[in-house]
Amino acid sequence: MADEKRVIVVGGGLAGLAATIRIAEAGMPVDLFSMVPVKRSHSVCAQGGINACNDVARQQGYSEYQHFDETLIGGDFLNDQHPVLEMTNWAPKIIDLLDRMGVPFNRSNEGFRDLRLFGGSLFKRTHFSGATTGQQLLYALDEQTRRFAAEGKVNKKEFWEFLWPIVEGEGENARCVGIVAQDMRTMQIQSFRADAVVMATGGCGLVFGKSTNSIICTGGAASRCYQAGAWYGNAEMIQVHPTAIPGADKCRLMSESARGEGGRVWVPAKKGDTRKPKDIPENERYYILEERYPKYGNLVPRDIATREIFDVCVNEGMGINGSNQVYLDLTHMDPDYLTEKLGGILDIYEKFVGDDPRFTPMRIFPAVHYSMGGLWTTYTPGNYQPESPVSSFKPGDPIPIGNEPGHGLDIGAHNNAMTNITGLYAFGEVNFAYHGATRLGANALLSCIFDGVCNGISVVNFVREGDQQPVSELDQALFDAATKQEQDKHDKLLDSTSTGTGDQQLNPYQIAFELGEEMNAASTVVKTGAGLEKCLIKLEELKERYAKVELGDGAMWTNQSLSFTRAVGDMIIIGEAIAKAGLLREESRGSHYRTDFPERDDDRFWKTSVAKFNKETGKSDIEFVDVKAGLVKLRPRDYGKTESNASSASKEPIGAS
Amino acid sequence: MSEAEAYSYDAEMRKANRAKAVAGRSVIFKIKRCDGPGKPARWESFKVPIEEGANVISSLNWIAANPVTIEGKKTTPVVWESNCLEEVCGACTMVINGRVRQSCSCLINEYAPCEGDVMTLEPMSKFPVIRDLWVDRARLFNNLTRVKAWVPIDGTYNMGPGPKESHDHQQMRYALSECMSCGCCLDACPQFIKEEDESKWDSSFIGAHAISQARYFNEHETGKQLKADRMDALSGAGGINDCGNAQNCVKVCPKGIPLTESIGAIGRSATIHAIKQFFQGKK
Ligand SMILES: Cc1cc2nc3c(=O)[nH]c(=O)nc-3n(C[C@H](O)[C@H](O)[C@H](O)COP(=O)(O)OP(=O)(O)OC[C@H]3O[C@@H](n4cnc5c(N)ncnc54)[C@H](O)[C@@H]3O)c2cc1C
Ligand code: SF4
Ligand code: SF4
Ligand code: FES
Repeated sequence: MADEKRVIVVGGGLAGLAATIRIAEAGMPVDLFSMVPVKRSHSVCAQGGINACNDVARQQGYSEYQHFDETLIGGDFLNDQHPVLEMTNWAPKIIDLLDRMGVPFNRSNEGFRDLRLFGGSLFKRTHFSGATTGQQLLYALDEQTRRFAAEGKVNKKEFWEFLWPIVEGEGENARCVGIVAQDMRTMQIQSFRADAVVMATGGCGLVFGKSTNSIICTGGAASRCYQAGAWYGNAEMIQVHPTAIPGADKCRLMSESARGEGGRVWVPAKKGDTRKPKDIPENERYYILEERYPKYGNLVPRDIATREIFDVCVNEGMGINGSNQVYLDLTHMDPDYLTEKLGGILDIYEKFVGDDPRFTPMRIFPAVHYSMGGLWTTYTPGNYQPESPVSSFKPGDPIPIGNEPGHGLDIGAHNNAMTNITGLYAFGEVNFAYHGATRLGANALLSCIFDGVCNGISVVNFVREGDQQPVSELDQALFDAATKQEQDKHDKLLDSTSTGTGDQQLNPYQIAFELGEEMNAASTVVKTGAGLEKCLIKLEELKERYAKVELGDGAMWTNQSLSFTRAVGDMIIIGEAIAKAGLLREESRGSHYRTDFPERDDDRFWKTSVAKFNKETGKSDIEFVDVKAGLVKLRPRDYGKTESNASSASKEPIGAS
Repeated sequence: MSEAEAYSYDAEMRKANRAKAVAGRSVIFKIKRCDGPGKPARWESFKVPIEEGANVISSLNWIAANPVTIEGKKTTPVVWESNCLEEVCGACTMVINGRVRQSCSCLINEYAPCEGDVMTLEPMSKFPVIRDLWVDRARLFNNLTRVKAWVPIDGTYNMGPGPKESHDHQQMRYALSECMSCGCCLDACPQFIKEEDESKWDSSFIGAHAISQARYFNEHETGKQLKADRMDALSGAGGINDCGNAQNCVKVCPKGIPLTESIGAIGRSATIHAIKQFFQGKK
């Protein structure tokens, strides 16, 4: 039926699939677009687990409320508080749902779901499925989606790339009514109408070159929405994980548990020492963390470990053979013990590096891991009102919230997780709302699925009940113009193949490489005003070169270079928002650390940075707006400085991320 | 080398190669290319400098940035599929030196340790080529629909936890759940024949991948409810009876999925299913 209302979901990771299932279940047809078969989405990489309060933790004094509170402290109070409250409240129910879908959660001897400890909490609240939790969750949602597809309720469009949101109206009246997309095989570009569009396109790790992300995580889709007028929140908040395995193609995660089990971080004490690690005697090694932090040694919290490793390599040039790498050494320990405790992650190292870490020290370096920032979204708060400041809430107190006492969100309100463009939603990693200035381990999977199953209801209500004109009644000219705009851009890129000069400076891979190098150096672990200013100048240069970019493949069929080259332009624009917001945020908070402003400055910057794309200048305008708080009072984040927190971090289990 | 030997391509040899890998060498990549369906295949060779830790994907990336053949002819970047780069998404599967496997976890040091050694890359053989090393594996996903590879839950409303499960049973299911639908087991299977005609997919051999997934869902308390439907699909044309027990599948599975066990278990279920059908007068 041509005039039936429809929803488009872009992205088939956890967020996109959860949304698809929820919306299709409500009887609304869904067109699901993804660049890869959804079963191969990036969510498959997650290892450690998914957080939720549970019966055991509850009896030990934990609660949904405390999960909420931990998430805010972790995020250094930059999170939007109401959606986090609702999310942590839903968490146990989300686990139950996944359990019913058949996720093989690890089991205790008695057959209950097993739990592990994770950073940022003293309670076991992380549910897991071996060391491949993300894979198991994604598959469960993929299976349900396949079921709906078999019943004709979901139309999967895999190997289709989202190119542009179709927006009618300006400013406050802007409304998203569909998308332009391209078949990655036939290269056909087409418009699709939709009464609402959900973006669930994940993170932007590739802006930083090599990261722990999958290779399609360019942030290209988010950037296109941003350029079309959607705002981008807290762009500067990028999480860098201290221990990843640098690889020729990507950085693979090495869990913190390697240090928890006794791993020592060191570099040769003599700069430029080229001897094999085993040939360097004990007294000629520099044990970075043990010497700089005698008390905690290798078990300092993640952000400190990240900054110190970075400092030794980048500022002091003491990395192994002058490279950006340090040793993570387990060779002093009994190989059998290591196999028992760390087998899974040691195998990954061996598979990809080719050395056995039981006998050769691992070589690691921090790597970009997650983007807290993303498309700005709004919501309608629920009826929960803290009677008094609840930050004094103590574990074991009666639970102050739940379904009865009140909700963080007004569930089903049309604007929950909606961007500033009416009808355009952002779910999952591409939504900026939940994680503030740092994400706690095992909270990302939760926020993805929560967005889908809770805010999916908002999408349905908006389409059904909203007083906007049905999209099927809109003039075809709007859609044709959008197709043409993208076709023209596409043809221009394709033309550059034949008119090219062969100048390496205009090679898209070279431009992407330089973008990654610059962003990594200026806008990750340690930032300075001067460094970010330099970075912005470099991005300008890259933008100018990109305007003349030359494509290496003129094929009209399955042209991957074209898709990549198009994304490079979008990555530069997101990169600029990230660097500029970082420059203007003159404080240190969570993952954002400025050596020239080392303290948190609540008076000036307890604020969300909102980037708006200026179509005239082609650059970002950044504003700082008040964080949507009001539930928990601001307090210092002394996370990691107490004995108990440090010991909980040290117990982080295998596969933690 | 017999087929079976080729598949158990040996870990010892790879380890030995690793130990003798020469730094700073270049390796020849011989790649089977094809511009699209119906177009002829051709071979192109590239000389690629090997960085530390290089794998097939990083080498293909290098070629994408420097698309010039060994003869000095400018060509297009090679097309292939990949995503996670940590052997968990299944996308990057191809035939490397005659053996089907993931390219992201294929270290050059293990296969081409010396200057001038050759790496041969070909697309998977049982699926239609889209372009170069990228094949269309839609049939593989279609086979999951054939066996209703899902748990038929009532809906997403809050209805409490799922069925309780013993520790050992979870471990058994977990081993099956790690299958990443890469299709190695299908590419290596002598009974799984390339079939481009979509209308014939549902009657062609389904392969070890979907057989094992059917077992995975039959083993779930709620998933069980669709067991009869699954066994109908697996007892018909292209079902379990087409399996010749060559066991190539289990040798190439990168995730160590116990495929022989799954085939055995489904075979037994099929027998029971047939007897039931007989007594119910359905067959
Ligand atoms: C190595 C690693 C380990 C992790 N471990 C954990 C963990 O243990 N616990 C935890 O909570 N979190 C973890 N995370 C974080 C978590 O995995 C991610 O944040 C989460 O999976 C993101 O899911 P998503 O649905 O938002 O997006 P993704 O899973 O990234 O999916 C994005 C989807 O969008 C599609 N897409 C993108 N661009 C386009 C386009 N232009 N057109 C069409 N489709 C497009 C893609 O095809 C894909 O289907 C980990 C992350 C990494 C990198
Ligand atoms: S055992 Fe069956 S499925 Fe496996 S390779 Fe042989 S014929 Fe194919
Ligand atoms: S069973 Fe093994 S080889 Fe076959 S698709 Fe699954 S993971 Fe790949
Ligand atoms: S890219 Fe995912 S398995 Fe190789």
